[in-house]
Amino acid sequence: MKYFPLLWATLWRKKARTLLTLLSLVTAFLLLGLLQAANSLFNGSTQRLSANLLITQARVSFTSPLPMRHLNQIEAVPGVEIISWSQFFGGVYKDEKNFFPQFAVDPDRWLATFTECQLPAEQAAAWRQSRTGVIAGRALADRFGWKLGEPIPLLSQIWPKKDGTRDWQFELAGVFDDVTEGSCPRMGNMYLRYDYFDEARQFGQGNAGIFVVRIKDPNQSEAIAQRIDALFENSPDETKTQTEKEFQLNFVRQIGNLSLILNSILGAVFFTILMLTGNTMSQAVRERIPELAVLKTLGFTNAMVLTLVIAESLLLCVLGGLTGMGLATLVMHLLATLPTGFPPIVADARVWQVAFASMFGVGTLVGLPPALKAMRLSIVDGLSGR
Amino acid sequence: MQQILAIIAMNLRAIPQRAGSSLVIVIGIAGVVAVLVALLAMSQGFGATLKSTGQTDRVLFLSAGVTAELSSVLAPETVPVLRELPGLARDADGRPLVSAEVVVITELQRGTGEQRADVNASLRGVEPAGLKLRPEVQLVEGRWFTPGLREIVVGLSASRQFEGVTVGSTQQFRGSEWTVVGLFSSNGDAHESELWTDADTARSAFGRGSSASSMLAQLDTAQSIDAIKAAVKADPRLRVDAMPEIEYFASQSKQFTEQIGLLTGVVASIMAIGALFGALNSMYSAVSTRQVEIATLRAIGFGGFPVALSVLAEAMLLALAGGVMGAVIAYVLFNNLSVSTLGSNFTQVAFNFAVTPALMQKGLGWALVIGLLGGLPPAIQAARQPVVEALRGK
Repeated sequence: MKYFPLLWATLWRKKARTLLTLLSLVTAFLLLGLLQAANSLFNGSTQRLSANLLITQARVSFTSPLPMRHLNQIEAVPGVEIISWSQFFGGVYKDEKNFFPQFAVDPDRWLATFTECQLPAEQAAAWRQSRTGVIAGRALADRFGWKLGEPIPLLSQIWPKKDGTRDWQFELAGVFDDVTEGSCPRMGNMYLRYDYFDEARQFGQGNAGIFVVRIKDPNQSEAIAQRIDALFENSPDETKTQTEKEFQLNFVRQIGNLSLILNSILGAVFFTILMLTGNTMSQAVRERIPELAVLKTLGFTNAMVLTLVIAESLLLCVLGGLTGMGLATLVMHLLATLPTGFPPIVADARVWQVAFASMFGVGTLVGLPPALKAMRLSIVDGLSGR
Repeated sequence: MQQILAIIAMNLRAIPQRAGSSLVIVIGIAGVVAVLVALLAMSQGFGATLKSTGQTDRVLFLSAGVTAELSSVLAPETVPVLRELPGLARDADGRPLVSAEVVVITELQRGTGEQRADVNASLRGVEPAGLKLRPEVQLVEGRWFTPGLREIVVGLSASRQFEGVTVGSTQQFRGSEWTVVGLFSSNGDAHESELWTDADTARSAFGRGSSASSMLAQLDTAQSIDAIKAAVKADPRLRVDAMPEIEYFASQSKQFTEQIGLLTGVVASIMAIGALFGALNSMYSAVSTRQVEIATLRAIGFGGFPVALSVLAEAMLLALAGGVMGAVIAYVLFNNLSVSTLGSNFTQVAFNFAVTPALMQKGLGWALVIGLLGGLPPAIQAARQPVVEALRGK
């Protein structure tokens, strides 16, 4: 630690060069933070979904609705606590850009199944009272500045009403929220009443959509899923049951092999940054040869000089890396406030691990060759500037 | 002028002496250009696949107001009315060339192990006329499906993207077995990512009654489209939109292209800024190592402008080299790479990356701009430094 002032002074020996190298490092780590966070999302490590929920969909595709008669059979499976159903509504609110998901559900079952979210009791009562009432997550309500009672017109891309028109009118009956900070992963969704929807839609009556099954013991999820699927095997309405996490993960994977694309980009970025920082460090050492010789004359050991140069390189990389990651965190916070329809990307522990590994990896790798050169330097040659 | 050329040539000949820092510019810019061109090629390839789907002289009918075939439902009573619209071409027996089709989603497996995903694929039920209507659709292996039997013919892209979809294999949909009896090609368009079967077989197996998802018809001439649009609009019972087939598919690529465009813009811009700092760094250090040399030139009568220009030329040339390298890397690694993603019909559309000359030019354009911005400030500094002090090596 006592050498820190020395390190700091040598680092800023050429201010412009150090500053430009730092800025390159900052942009590299800004990209690393953002892309790795996106990667985490696609690999499911940031999903805060409850392990107690299973999704039962039609095996042929989750877009094929399952019939309501499955309800009682699934409910009777041992280990199942409560079951709810959910039909995707596919409505457009004023403009296609305003995308958010809506589902038709049964209010009482919804409240009993999604216990990670909470709806104030008087709003739940209001929702039960109003057939065209809907509830929205806090994030969604804030996004459009909705107040209770707000009329919400939706143009359904999937469901015409009995008269053939597609415009549905709803009113906001309640806003649900987290129970504990971050517990409710559904804050961007809207839920409407299935009974009203089923009566008003032109076709598809009696179909439930998918089933959301709350189980008592998450360790039993696989066994329970198998029991459910076994009930309907070889029938036209075969099912596929998986945890909600697997369901979401698979949904995102449909977009394609994004990890490969993101990792290729990062590979290109880091190869570049390795070249750039390496060049800066070797220049910095080359210019300082007489100074290093002086240090050795003063009694610094070879190992000490080696450590000093590597430490300088590490300092440079960590400084640039932390600034870049800080910037990335800032950008992610900004992105989270924008309505994109996607879950927010967050720099989780894994992202920071990758970032620190990269800082120390790059720092050591580019510091080592000039450090070895500095270590092997003979005092006489160094002092004469050869 | 002679001065300028002489000094530039001298400068460029000296580049190998500064190989390390010159390489930083080249590689930094190569990285930006490679990533930029690859991402643009992805967007280009997806767009090209959808835009090549369909013809101007075929009309597609969907329920009014929907943006994707998947959410369209044509009521049973609507289909016969549409079949008899004036302006549709007829075959030798006088029957209209019309195919009322059903599109349903089925789950297939893409990739294995870690990369495995259960993805949505379109299963399209076509009427016999649907094959006649689309001359681009050609059987390449096996035979066509037999109406009434649970048989499917698979597009070439689909058979490449999804696991275990080969001729002779069976697929289980809704509790019954379907046999793959053939493969078809369709000029590499969006239909090649689909599975096809007979329309009535699909309707009964998927409980669609006698409704249809969409209807495709041959126009007697491409101009009839206006008359058909007017006829459909005039009949309020129909609630149907009519559009040229090619227009529908072109519109399907919009959302994807916009999203990828945003990603490309953000990533490439951040990388470009990083490369710009790298270029500035290298050029400043090049100028500072040549301090005495530049001052000598000035002292023997070279002007400030040729000196600045020589520095700028060096930066631009290195940038150009980086740009070419990046474009070549993108071409070698990504051109014709075959992938699939979720289209707006909520099913997989397979496409190939298309690294076109226009995209490579765009990449080179970025490279030159980075070179210009990275070379200009050091060039100005080189021209401005006081000769006397610089000669002393200060």
